[in-house]
Amino acid sequence: MKKLLVYLKGFERECVLGPLFKLLEASFELVIPLIVARIIDGGIRSGDTGYIVRMVLIMAALGLVGLVSAVTAQYFAAKAAIGFSARLRHALMKHIQSLSYTEIDELGTSTLITRMTSDVNQVQSGVNMTLRLLLRSPFVVFGAMVMAFTIDFDIALIFAGVIAVLCVIVFSIMLASIPMYKRVQNQLDSVTASTRENLTGVRVIRAFGMEDAETGKFAKRNGLLTRFQLAVGRVSAAMNPVTYVVINIAVILLIRGGALKVGAGALTQGEVVALYNYMSQILVELVKMANLIILLTKAAACASRVARVLDVKSSQQDGTLVPADDAPRGEVVFDHVALTYKGAGAEAIEDISFTAKPGETIGIIGGTGSGKSTLVNLIPRFYDATHGTVTVDGVDVTRMRKDELRNRIAVVPQKAVLFKGTIRSNLLWGNANATQADIDEAIAVAQAGDVVASKEKGLDEPVEQGGRNFSGGQRQRLTIARALVRKPEILILDDSASALDYATDANLRRAIRNMENPPTTFIVSQRAASIRFADRIIVLDDGKAVGMGTHDELLKTCPVYQEIYFSQFKKEEVSANG
Amino acid sequence: MAKQNVQNAAAQAAVMRRVMRYIRPHASALMLSLLLSLVSVALTLYVPILVGDAVNCIVDKGLVDFETLGAILTKIMICVLLTAAAQWWQGVLNNRVTYDTVRDIRRDAFEHIQRLPLSYLDAHPTGDTVSRMISDVDTFADGLLLGFTQLFSGIMTILGTLVFMLTLSPAITLVVVLITPVSLLVANFIATRTYSMFKLQSKTRGEQTALIDEAIGEQKLVQAFAHEDETLDAFDEVNGRLRNCSLRAVFFSSLTNPCTRFVNSLVYAGVGLTGALAAVNGSLTVGGLSSFLSYANQYTKPFNEISGVVTELQNAIACAGRIFDLIDQPAQTPDAPDAVTPKHLDGKVDIDNVCFSYTPDRRLIENFSLHVNPGQRVAIVGPTGCGKTTMINLLMRFYDVDSGTIAVDGIETRRITRSGLRAQIGMVLQDTWLAAGTIRENIAMGRPDATDEEIVAAAKAAHAHSFIKRLPDGYNTVIGESGGSLSQGQKQLLCIARVMLCLPPMLILDEATSSIDTRTEQRVQSAFAEMMKGRTSFIVAHRLSTIQSADIILVMRDGHVIEQGNHESLLKQGGFYKTLYESQFAQ
Repeated sequence: MKKLLVYLKGFERECVLGPLFKLLEASFELVIPLIVARIIDGGIRSGDTGYIVRMVLIMAALGLVGLVSAVTAQYFAAKAAIGFSARLRHALMKHIQSLSYTEIDELGTSTLITRMTSDVNQVQSGVNMTLRLLLRSPFVVFGAMVMAFTIDFDIALIFAGVIAVLCVIVFSIMLASIPMYKRVQNQLDSVTASTRENLTGVRVIRAFGMEDAETGKFAKRNGLLTRFQLAVGRVSAAMNPVTYVVINIAVILLIRGGALKVGAGALTQGEVVALYNYMSQILVELVKMANLIILLTKAAACASRVARVLDVKSSQQDGTLVPADDAPRGEVVFDHVALTYKGAGAEAIEDISFTAKPGETIGIIGGTGSGKSTLVNLIPRFYDATHGTVTVDGVDVTRMRKDELRNRIAVVPQKAVLFKGTIRSNLLWGNANATQADIDEAIAVAQAGDVVASKEKGLDEPVEQGGRNFSGGQRQRLTIARALVRKPEILILDDSASALDYATDANLRRAIRNMENPPTTFIVSQRAASIRFADRIIVLDDGKAVGMGTHDELLKTCPVYQEIYFSQFKKEEVSANG
Repeated sequence: MAKQNVQNAAAQAAVMRRVMRYIRPHASALMLSLLLSLVSVALTLYVPILVGDAVNCIVDKGLVDFETLGAILTKIMICVLLTAAAQWWQGVLNNRVTYDTVRDIRRDAFEHIQRLPLSYLDAHPTGDTVSRMISDVDTFADGLLLGFTQLFSGIMTILGTLVFMLTLSPAITLVVVLITPVSLLVANFIATRTYSMFKLQSKTRGEQTALIDEAIGEQKLVQAFAHEDETLDAFDEVNGRLRNCSLRAVFFSSLTNPCTRFVNSLVYAGVGLTGALAAVNGSLTVGGLSSFLSYANQYTKPFNEISGVVTELQNAIACAGRIFDLIDQPAQTPDAPDAVTPKHLDGKVDIDNVCFSYTPDRRLIENFSLHVNPGQRVAIVGPTGCGKTTMINLLMRFYDVDSGTIAVDGIETRRITRSGLRAQIGMVLQDTWLAAGTIRENIAMGRPDATDEEIVAAAKAAHAHSFIKRLPDGYNTVIGESGGSLSQGQKQLLCIARVMLCLPPMLILDEATSSIDTRTEQRVQSAFAEMMKGRTSFIVAHRLSTIQSADIILVMRDGHVIEQGNHESLLKQGGFYKTLYESQFAQ
């Protein structure tokens, strides 16, 4: 919570002036009952109508001054709160972008999104309401008490007593209901989960004929939610009646005490009315304060969620080196590299060493979880090796400038994602300065020509969020084209041809090889056919390189490779085709 | 514009009537609540009069009527206690009516989801339906509760104070009645001016959320392309616009409160003036003035509240409309009244002249016929997006054919209950789906009464036993929503184990092994081979090697079945299948 206060810096003036004007307004309100007392004691009693008119005009004038102060206060509060949240969002975005894959994995994207949107909004209204009201309500409550003391000391003691009692009541009801609200919120989560599950798993649920069982499960959770809501409702419904009773007991005491004093000549009738009015003001403010505190507890919870994101530090530091001009372009060297993911018990890959020369094609094959993606993720430094070094163009990647490194590399990830915009804007992600010729070539190599041709507006066809309006295969080819527009030295295809049929996959590989300056290409795949013609194949098994060489060599020497290969190609066909 | 308003009003009225139907079972509770509200409003309004009377007993030194005062104070105490009791009871009743109503609506919506056709569910994003079920219903509940608690008592308070004020002094009441509408006018003026600002704000906010969703959801890609600066620039541009329009919206809307309060203080001053002048010429007592002043405050307050409640209620009705919209979606055609639930099927499948399309303007399956004998293996192949899953949708009756018939063991599937048909088919889909719960519950999904031995046997058969054993709690390990921490391959093995436990006479395998590494797959394949023995199987896969042994191969392209035959005959035919097959070995 405190951590976020730095984003209010620069709004100090607003933060002071806002509450100040609010207090000014409240002070004018506190004067009103005194004026009414004057009207009764000074005007009505003596029949001085001129005095009454003057007092009423003062009242109206105070109202006007109050209005001006309040408007000023609202403006400063809004300006500070909104400026604060805009800065906070900017800081969050910037911070999240600086995090490495390790931290993004750990936090998870969906919670990052909620924190940047709804949590920040809650904090914003929390700041706004704090600046407007947090000081005001206690000020009026205690102000009313102080005014009461100026009128009569003994009766003011009733005020002190009632404020103490009310504080205890309000806080105990709140303390009792906050955990109950949390329980409701958690149960709501469970109802949400039930709904989600039934929508995402609808085919399986229907295939197993589980509709009725699921409805029963939902009804139970839904019923429990209602019970929790009713329980907390009973407690919080007590708040208003109880405060009402307490305040009115105080009113009775006040009138009785007042009556005795008036009878003894120590107090006037008008002053009794003034005291009564002060008591009413306290009641109004208490209701406001209770609502404000609920809002603030929510905002504080959100603020701490936001602060936790900002607390996460990137585990990577940017390097400073740039490869020499005469360094080989597209050379990748792994030297005894190992990686253990954060929180994992075992190494994901261990002791990997190889050299990829410029323009070579390296195939990486192995089972699920054998470390294929991990290996290629080390090249653009998405993760840092825990042992050994990865060198690109002669420079250790942990010491190279990240933008320099990543500008040399293009990655086509497993999941084909396009961004909202047009086909063209997506391709320009690869290289903002690409010419039409560059784009055309990339599309041709990526076998995406028919994707573009099939769209009414061609390259300017709009792309919806996530690329929903394209099929999986179309997206995959476009993401490959996006990578090629970059004209990379190093191209990483991380199982990115899985949605392509075998023919397209083969055409793609041939086209890449026939490019003018073919990049050093890493092909990760589970299909032996995809990597069969690579210059070198790395066979991974459980994080270890159990074979390295050409297809023919591996087929003779590597049992794991043989097993994979023959599971996909029958022996007789191999001899017939090979 | 005006026409649209009329339409909106009609739609709102229709939604209101629906809401009323849900509330009807609680009508007596609601009536009682309204009665209690009447009582508490009347008593609350009576108290200032009593206080006024009390003040009149305390005139000056020696002029205090203690006897009357004592009686009045006792009355006040009784009124206050009764009010408090009525308020509390009313609160409890309102909660009950609201949350019970909401529970019933959610239950109906959920039940309806179970009956919605897949065509609706496939076409609507999950998030949208969830948000209708959860946040819309919540907003509706808030609005309803507020409506019950504040709308009625607000109106009662206004009417009540008017009556009480009229009895005290009609002239001063006129002052109050004349000035108060000014505050309504001011509030309305501000609301209409700020409406467009709020619309702009929520539009900009939506724009920003979409950008955040994309940028953070694909953060890894942003980093891979070193696109951080561009993304931040785009973000800052929207962020700046949001700041500007939020400031306007928040500031201008926050003027309502000070402005109406100012009008209220004018009312107060007006009452003070006229009341005091009346007191001077003796037509009003000082106590009467005190009561009047407190009425002036109470009378104006509900006006501000009601305008807030009306906004909330409109919002609530809009939300209720969205949830009713879901409930009103046509359900799938119910099972025929004479539909049978077969005990056991042999698995003879006859598809005759079937036509099917998702949308009328794009024809897919046309005049398709296929005859499969019990125990035969059918492989469906073709490039990505060729419509292989369409076949599954039809076989499982997730979708119904447009014309033609599908029959199992000679019975047309439309004359078999859906659950009866599906119980005879084991299905492993490409998208692995697991329920939140333990591993055991997930495997036993199709047969909740299975014994531990049977579950372990099924897991062993699916090669899932060894990894389950290594999990912290073995078969009792709780997996989170959508499989949580399990790898894709492990999830797939669990889905296979789930089918292994039931072993129905027909199987549908949709690229079921694509995420399992080749070596595990080999073991699973052998288990599958065992499982498929004597069972009619439909297999969708990219791997040609796994389907070469199929009895029938369906070759699909662009949603149509273009070739049909076995491996040898199709190769001989020299069509699309041959190209597909050979491309596997192409350089």
